[in-house]
Formats: sequence, structure tokens, C-alpha cells
Amino acid sequence: MTSTLGARLFAFALLAPALLYVLAIVAWPLVDTVHLSFTNASLRPIPDWVGWDNYVRIFRSGFGDIIIRTVIWTALSVTTKMVIGLCGACLLNAAIPGRALFRVMTMPPWIVPMAIGIFMWGWLYNGQFGMISGLLQRFGLTDRPIAFLAHEDTAFFATVLTDVWIGVPMVTFYFLAAIQSIPKDLHEAAWSDGAGRLYRFRRITLPMMVPAMVTMSLLSLIATFNSFDIIWILTRGGPSGATTTMIIDTYKTAMGSYHYGEGAARAVLVGLCLGAFCIAYFRVIARISRASWRG
Amino acid sequence: MIDRFRWYEKLGLYVGMAVFLFFILAPFIEGFLVSLKPLSLLFSSPYRFWPENGSLEYYVSIWSSVPLLWRYMLNSIVIAIAATILALCLVIPAAYALTRFEFRGRGTVLGGFLMVNMFSGGVLLIPLYRLLRGFGLLNTYFAMIIPGAAFMIGTGVWLLRAYLLRIPRDLDEAAWVDGASRLMILRRVILPLASPGILVVAIYCFLTAYSQQFIFALTFNSKSDYMPLSVGLFAFFGRQEVAWNELMAASFVGILPVMILFSFLQRYLVAGLTAGAVKQ
Repeated sequence: MTSTLGARLFAFALLAPALLYVLAIVAWPLVDTVHLSFTNASLRPIPDWVGWDNYVRIFRSGFGDIIIRTVIWTALSVTTKMVIGLCGACLLNAAIPGRALFRVMTMPPWIVPMAIGIFMWGWLYNGQFGMISGLLQRFGLTDRPIAFLAHEDTAFFATVLTDVWIGVPMVTFYFLAAIQSIPKDLHEAAWSDGAGRLYRFRRITLPMMVPAMVTMSLLSLIATFNSFDIIWILTRGGPSGATTTMIIDTYKTAMGSYHYGEGAARAVLVGLCLGAFCIAYFRVIARISRASWRG
Repeated sequence: MIDRFRWYEKLGLYVGMAVFLFFILAPFIEGFLVSLKPLSLLFSSPYRFWPENGSLEYYVSIWSSVPLLWRYMLNSIVIAIAATILALCLVIPAAYALTRFEFRGRGTVLGGFLMVNMFSGGVLLIPLYRLLRGFGLLNTYFAMIIPGAAFMIGTGVWLLRAYLLRIPRDLDEAAWVDGASRLMILRRVILPLASPGILVVAIYCFLTAYSQQFIFALTFNSKSDYMPLSVGLFAFFGRQEVAWNELMAASFVGILPVMILFSFLQRYLVAGLTAGAVKQ
């Protein structure tokens, strides 16, 4: 029943709406972005074809800095999410009273509208009166208020921290599911042979979680690279460009100054860089896993 | 026995848990305390954690100082529900077709749906803007619903497919032998059996649509009447000196309906997302 012509037509009829929708809303705009990136489209009705001009202009205006900044921002955030997520998953997996409640309490950053969570961080980072600066002063770690979002270095790390906060619940739950899918017999066999908790974690839990970590870090990398809301609400890319990642830069060019053509060229570069990073990431992972098989 | 902890291990676990949960919940705790404090206390040095003479008055006054608050909340929910329904109507048939039928290009289609996740709204903003403007949809609900739903289809198809794969094929075939049409099998056999999976996809879509409605709403809509909560509050409080206590009070009121909904549904969500995610 699944391979006749009728079946194929039926399958196609079921698939067509979703496929056409994605083609219209994602694939066509993608093609259109590439096309626009070779024009000087703006608010004027008819754009001219300008060839590679947009790309030349972008690379002459310090675009390398933005790429490097984006890579560091993403790498820092993804790594931190993975580490905290792994710790969180282990804690939530431990059989201690209150576990069910702790699991529910981990979810809010994920389910609350992102913007609302970011407003709250905006207050925490407030220099004169915010909680972080206030607590640092109270414990004598600093003697004057720190306006975290007003200085280039602190703003960079502050936006990373907020991104980590929003991403951690999802990573934690994914890792928790991965831990729970490890067969119990493995742990019991090792335990009856006298293996300690830490040894079992290193030799059973961690290796068994590698597939989940690869998947999650890749998903997280894509989401983080495209992160917009956090930086836009907290700093709008400032101070003096310290938190301008590629997405923010694209948005500013296209929507802030209506340079659609140049904005499209920047968007194409975002897509290309992301694709390149994903491929590079796969290469590294493949090499590591091959090496670990041999070792 | 294997799971028994010695007292110091237990202590360590609870301390670790406390640190972890403090990181997760601190913004909410501080946000709630701020919503109770008068501005004079808020803007005073040194920093004080506890709201002395705090009150709930800002939960009353926000309704007059943010006159459109109820409208923002309603918009958020309307947009999220509409996007969820739209996405489900597209995801359910597609996931079924990709689970039960073999045809050339199936792997490509599945991969293509996954690729959608790579292109966030940020990259496609300009053409989407022109597309929506061309159809005269800017500054309407559709400007936020249509692109929002598109980016949930990929993950939705994969989540539901993982669930459908676990429904035995014998059931379809038995119904087929009994003379049921293909559409009837989908409606009478698959849909009822897959309803827990569909519920998970629906919750996923709703939460995504609800929590991530920012960039499209910011760019494609400039009418206050149609703004969702996040953009409404962003636009409103961005205008002057931020009245933090009212912003926090408005935020907590705004997220209350979904938190209540979530507290009923969290069990299904956790079970469903994790079951589909790490199938061996």
C-alpha cells in the first residue's frame, strides 16, 4: 500500500502544503536575498545592478572585526551553555528528594517570552542601582558602581551571559534525556565490579552522551550565531560597536538605514559564514571521534 | 543501593542545585522584588535587596500607565495560537507522508526541513519585508503569524515524525485490508493514536511562537494595536526614562497566563520532547 502510484500521489498531496509554504517563506526569500545583494536596492522603487560593489564596500569597512567578534561571542556562549547544561543535567538526574520540583524550576527562562527575560537582565546590569553591581559593592569586590552595559568589555560578556541563561534550560533537558536513555545495566555492572561514581561518570556517562552533545552543540551554535533579541534589547550593538555581531550589523544596515542591497549582501555573508562554521565543526567532530575510536 | 549518596555527597548535590537554580531564577526573584518597590527606593544607593514598605500598587497602576497592556497580552496569545494552528495544519500531513510513504527525494525533503532552522529571521528579513509589503500584509497580524509559523515547520515535522515512527505499521495495514481509504486511515487510525505526539508539537509551537515573537513583530508591524507583549513593552518603556518597577509588574502580569497554562502542561512537554529527541 505504500509504493503504488496512488500512494505516491496521496503522499505528495499531504506533503505539498508544508513544502510550498517553506519554499515561499524561506527558500524564495533566500534566493531573493542573494539577488538583492548585487543591487543597490533601497527605498527607491527600481534598484540598479551593481555587481560585487556591496561586497567590496563591506570588506573595506572593517568587516573582519565583526566576523571575529561574532565567532568569539558564539563560541563563548555555546561552550558555557554546554558546561552548565551538563552540570545541570547531572544534578537534575541525581535521585534526591525534590527532584521533580527542581526540574520544573529550571524551565522559566525557556518558556517566558525572551524579551521579558532580557528586560530583567537589563535591570540586573543597571550600573547605579542594579543587583549585580549592588551585591559586588556590598561584598566589597568593587568600590564603585559598574554600569555593565556601558563599557565595551563588560557589555560583551553581559550579553553572552544573558544568552547562556536563555539557552541553558533547553540544553539541560536535552542532556537529561540523554543521561536517562543510558541503559541502567551498564552502571550496575560497573558498580558491582567496584567502580566509583566519578569513574563511572567518566567511562560510561560521558562517552554515551557524545552523540547528544554533538547534536546539541550544533543546534546551539546555529541558534546562538543567529541571536538577535538579546543584543538588540540590551545594547543595540553598542557601546561603540562592542556587541555588534553579524546579525545585528545586518539589521542595522538594512532596517536602520534602509540600505537593502548592502544589508542583503551582509545577510548572504551571515549565511555563508554559518554554513562554513557548520562544515568546519563537522570536520573537527569527525576527526575527534575517529581518533577516539582508535585510542 | 547504587543510587545511595553519603551525607557529604548529598550536601554537595544540594549546594550545586542551589547555585544552579539561583542562576536560573535570580532575574525573576529580583524582577518580582523590583515590581514591589517604589521608584524612590529603587533609585537609592546603596543597593537594598528587600523591598521595605513594598506594595502591590504597581500591579494596579500599570493598567492606566500602559493603557494597551491587555491588548498586548491578547495579541501575543492570538498570534501564538494562530501560528500554532497554521503550523499544525502543515506539519501533521507532512510528517505522516514522510513517515509512512517511500518516494524518491524523501531524505532530501527531510534534510531540507532541518535546514530551515539554519536561516533565522535575521537573514531573511529584507526579502520577507518586501514580500509582505507586496501582499499588503505589513502592519497586520499576518505579518507576524506567517513568517513565525514557517520557522516552526522544520522542527515540528521532525518531532512528530519521531513519534509516528513508533506507531506500528500493522495498524494502518489492518485498516487498509478492511477497506478503509487512505484519508480515513489518517483521520481515524493515526490521528487518535498520535494525539500525545501532536500535543507535544502543539505545545512546542505555541511556546516558540509565544516566546520568540520579537524580530518579526519589531520589523513588520508598527501599529501599537497589533503589537505583542514583548514589542509593546519594549516600545512603551523605551520611550522615556525606564520606570523599572512598572515594567517588571507589567512583565509579570503579561507572562501569567502562559505560566498557568504551562504548569498544567509541563508534564507532557518534558516527556514528549525528551522521548522524541534521543531515540536510540
